Amino acid sequence: MPRQLRHRIALATLFAVLLGTAAAAKVIRIEIDRIAFAPADVTAEIGDTIEWANNDFVDHTATARSGDWDLEIPAGATAQVEADRAGSLEYFCRFHPNMQGKITVEAR
Amino acid sequence: MLTSRLTAAIFIAVSSAGLALAAEPTDPQIAHIAYTAGSIDIEAAKLALEKSKNADVVAFANDMLRDHQAVNDQALALVEKLGVTPEDNDTSKGLAAAAEKEKARLAALDGEAFDEAYAANEVAYHQTVNDALDTILIPNASNAELKSLLTTGLKIFQGHQEHAEHLAASLN
Repeated sequence: MPRQLRHRIALATLFAVLLGTAAAAKVIRIEIDRIAFAPADVTAEIGDTIEWANNDFVDHTATARSGDWDLEIPAGATAQVEADRAGSLEYFCRFHPNMQGKITVEAR
Repeated sequence: MLTSRLTAAIFIAVSSAGLALAAEPTDPQIAHIAYTAGSIDIEAAKLALEKSKNADVVAFANDMLRDHQAVNDQALALVEKLGVTPEDNDTSKGLAAAAEKEKARLAALDGEAFDEAYAANEVAYHQTVNDALDTILIPNASNAELKSLLTTGLKIFQGHQEHAEHLAASLN
């Protein structure tokens, strides 16, 4: 293989790796502890996963006010949703409406 | 009006017992009061599950049953761990007596009348219990773990109160 072509392939591979790293979707974890979402306000990018971990001894939900999703999160369990479009989403717990949070999703 | 009377009765029971205990109920008494308050709401939820055909009321009652049972299970595990024997007292007796009367009143109602009365009572009852937790029970709990459980319980029950307010508003 000519040296120039080898260089091109190497560069293309490097770019692909770098781009892949930069664009890798993240998991953003929200702890539920003592009847509160923490952090209550998170920022994500499209493609990221939001994960709630319920550390309480009672069941909770993460319910989008928009109606987009309604996740039941039993005591000790986790639940996830993927951020699939940009915007600001407010959510709450249906069982304990005093628990509230917000997710801001930005374009990647 | 009956709901108001119940609220007044429980409030008087809680307040007067608090005063009778010189504003210093002991941990065994506090544990008994908190457990009794939870058991009363579990019984109310069971009645609602027997009588109501409204999906929202049934869902709410299931939430109350599950949460109050979970809190009471935690309370039982804690008193066992601490070697504390819950002690019956005037506040617990007042709560239980008022609850018996309210249960009899609710049991005589059916359909929408039951649903509305149950929801209204859940609002009033949680308000009363939350006030008692906030002003009497939590400040007087001396054991840190008991105080912590009561504080978490208060947040759970404040959520119930808000949930009950939404339910009551949706039924009117």
